[in-house]
Amino acid sequence: MTTAQSTPAPAASERSWYKRNEIAITPWLFLAPAILFFAFYVIWPIYQSISISFYAWDGLGEARYVGMANYVELMDDGAFEVSLWNNLKWLLFYLLAIPGGLFIALFLNQTVTGIRIYKSLFFFPFVLSQVVVGLVFSWFYLPNEGLLNGILALVGLGPVNVLGDPTWATYGIIAAGLWPQTAYCMILYLTGLNAVDPEQIEAGRLDNAKGWKMLWYIIIPQLKPATFIAFVVTIIGALRSFDLISIMTNGGPFGQTRVLSFYMFEKALSEYGFRMGYGAAIAVVLFLIMLVFIAYFLWSMWKEEQVR
Amino acid sequence: MRFTTKSMLMALAGSTMMAGAATAELTGDLRIFLDTSNPAPRATMEKMIGDFGAMHPNLNIETTVIDREAYKTQIRNFLTADSPDVATWYAANRMSPYVKAGLFEDVSDLWQEPEIAENLASTKGAMTIDGKQWGVPYTYYQWGIYYRKDIYEELGLNEPANFEEMKSNCQAIIDSGRKCYTIGTKFLWTAGGWFDYLNMRTHGFDFHMALANGEVKWTDDRVKQTFANWRELIDMGAFVDNHQNYSWQESLPFIVNGEAAAILKGNFAVAPLREAGLDDSKLDFYQFPAITEGVALAEDAPTDTFHIPANASNKEAAREFLRFVVSPDVQTEINNGDNLGQLPVNAKASVDDDKFLNEGFEMLSSNSPGGVAQFFDRDYPAEMAAEAMQGLQEFMVFPDNLDDILNRLDKVAARVYAQ
Repeated sequence: MTTAQSTPAPAASERSWYKRNEIAITPWLFLAPAILFFAFYVIWPIYQSISISFYAWDGLGEARYVGMANYVELMDDGAFEVSLWNNLKWLLFYLLAIPGGLFIALFLNQTVTGIRIYKSLFFFPFVLSQVVVGLVFSWFYLPNEGLLNGILALVGLGPVNVLGDPTWATYGIIAAGLWPQTAYCMILYLTGLNAVDPEQIEAGRLDNAKGWKMLWYIIIPQLKPATFIAFVVTIIGALRSFDLISIMTNGGPFGQTRVLSFYMFEKALSEYGFRMGYGAAIAVVLFLIMLVFIAYFLWSMWKEEQVR
Repeated sequence: MRFTTKSMLMALAGSTMMAGAATAELTGDLRIFLDTSNPAPRATMEKMIGDFGAMHPNLNIETTVIDREAYKTQIRNFLTADSPDVATWYAANRMSPYVKAGLFEDVSDLWQEPEIAENLASTKGAMTIDGKQWGVPYTYYQWGIYYRKDIYEELGLNEPANFEEMKSNCQAIIDSGRKCYTIGTKFLWTAGGWFDYLNMRTHGFDFHMALANGEVKWTDDRVKQTFANWRELIDMGAFVDNHQNYSWQESLPFIVNGEAAAILKGNFAVAPLREAGLDDSKLDFYQFPAITEGVALAEDAPTDTFHIPANASNKEAAREFLRFVVSPDVQTEINNGDNLGQLPVNAKASVDDDKFLNEGFEMLSSNSPGGVAQFFDRDYPAEMAAEAMQGLQEFMVFPDNLDDILNRLDKVAARVYAQ
C-alpha cells in the first residue's frame, strides 16, 4: 500500500488518455450517433432548404440565384395567403382536441363492467391511417348520398356540400382530423388521471369542493404534464396536416383548402410543380412558424428543469 | 402466335433494312420504364416487350412498371439519377422540361429513316421541340362527346352540328329532369378539356396555341368570348352539381344511371362505361359541334410516347426498340380492342374494328382540318396549366369570379413565359 502511495505520478501516466478523460468524453460518445444523425438529417436539410429558397430552380437544370425574389413573390401571392390563413385555422381549431380528449377521458375514467372495451372503442380512430379517416369522412360529407346530409334532412335542414364549398371545406377537414386527434389526447389524459393523487381529492372533498370546482382547482392542475404533451402533439399535428387534405379535397375547391405544407408540395414536387426555389421559400416560412412553437416548448421544458 | 412470328419477320426485315450499319445482334442490358400500370395496358406492353426480347435473345431486358400517377413525379428523379434506356412519357409541351434540361436523347435520326418519316408524319409536330424530335409516339386517342343514345332517342334529339343545336338539345334534356353533361373536376384537368374545345371551336386551333405560347393575354376579349360561351352552358345548368367533389371516375355513374346525358372525354372512358352496362345501343359518340361558323374544326388527341433518356447506357438497343414499337404490325396489335383500345400512330397499321375507334379515326383523319392538339395540360406549360385549370374549376363553380381569375392568370403568364 505504501508503495502505491509513494508513486502516484507514474500510475497516472500509465492510464490511457481515454481513462483520464472518461468523465468528459463518455457523454459525447453516447450522444455522437444522435448528434450525427440530427446534423445530417435535420440541420443539413434545413440549411439546404434555406439556401435553395434563394434560387430559381426547376429541379432539373441549372439553378439561378434570385436573392429574395421568391419571398417577394410570396408576399403578393393570393394562394399563399389562403394557405397561411388555413394553417392558422388548423392551429386554432385543432386545439379543440384537447378539451374534447379531456372530457372523454373523465367520462371513461370509471370502473364499470367492460370499460376496457369502451376505452378501446374510443381510442380506435387513432389507430386508423389518416388516409382511411379522410376517405370515411369524405363519404360522410358526400353532397347527395352522404350520411351528414341524411341527418340534416331529418331535422329539415337543406343539403350542404361541405367539401365543395370554399368557406366550409377547411373546417370540414379539420373536423375529420379532430376525430383521431381527440382520441390521442384522451389516451394521454387517461394515463394522466391514473396519476392523480387520491389524497388531494379527499382533501378537496373535505373542503366541500365538487363538480367544476373540483375539476378546475384539483384535477386539472395535476394533469398539467399530460396537457403539455397533448398541446405539443396537437400543434405539431396541425402544422403537419397534409394527408387529410390530399385525400379529401386535393387542395380544392380551387386551392381553398391548401395549407403551407400542401402548397409547398404542389409548387415543388407535384405533377406540375417545377419550382424548387419557391417551394423551399414556402417551407422556410412554415419552418419559422414552427420555430415559434418549438422555442416555446423548449423554453417551458427548460423552466420545468429549473424548478427541480 | 400469328402476331409473334409475323412481327418478328417484319421487324427483323425492318431492322436490317433501316438500321443498315447497326450490328444485327443486340447485346447487353435494356432497361425499360413504363407508366402503363393499368392491367390491360400493362399486359399489352409486357407482351410486346416479350416479343422484342424473343427477337434479340442476347439482349437482357429488364422492365419496370411504375404507377401512372407516381410516374409523373418520379420521372425527374430517374432521368437524372438512375436512367433507364427507354421511358414512356407524353408528347408536346409536356416533354419540354426534360428536353430543355437535356435529359431526353435527340432521336431526329430515327425520324430521318423513311419507315418512320413517311408513316408517322402526322404526329411529327407533337414530337418536335426546337426543330428536333425527342421520342416516338406509340398510341393516341380521340376526345369527343360520348352520349346516351337512348336518352337522345327518347327525347327525339339528334347529334348537334352547331352551338345553337347543342344548347337547344341541352335545354330539352334539362327539361326532362336530367343534366346535359357529367364532369368531375376534383383533379382539375377535366375542365381543361372543356376549355380546349370551347376555345378551339370559338377561335380556332391557331388562337388556342397562341394562348398556350403566351402570345395572347388571358384577359383578351377573345378569351372572354370563349368563357361567355361556356357561361351560357353553366347558367343553363348543363353540368352536374357539385362536380368539384368528384374525380372523373366518380362522375361516370351520372351518365350510367341516366342522370346526365353526355360526357366530354377521351376514348378511355368507353371501357368503364361499357363495363358499367352501356352497350352500343345506349352509348354513342359525336364530334364536339362547331361554335363560330367558318372556324376550322380541331381536335384533342393526346399522344403517349417512348423516349430515350440522355443518360441511357444502351442507346443502340433503345433505338431498335423504338423502331419496333412504331412498326405497323406492332402498332396494329398493341392498339387493338383487346389491348390498349386506342388508335395506332403508324399510317400503315390498321385500326381495330370498334365503333368508337372507327368514328374517332374517321374524325381525326378527315374532319379535323384545323389541327390536332394534345390536351390542355400537355400543350400549355406545366405551371401555366396548373394555375389555369384551377381557375377553370373556380369559373365553373363561381362564374362571376371570371375577371379576377383572368387577371390572376395574366400575372402567372407574365412570369412563366418570361423565363
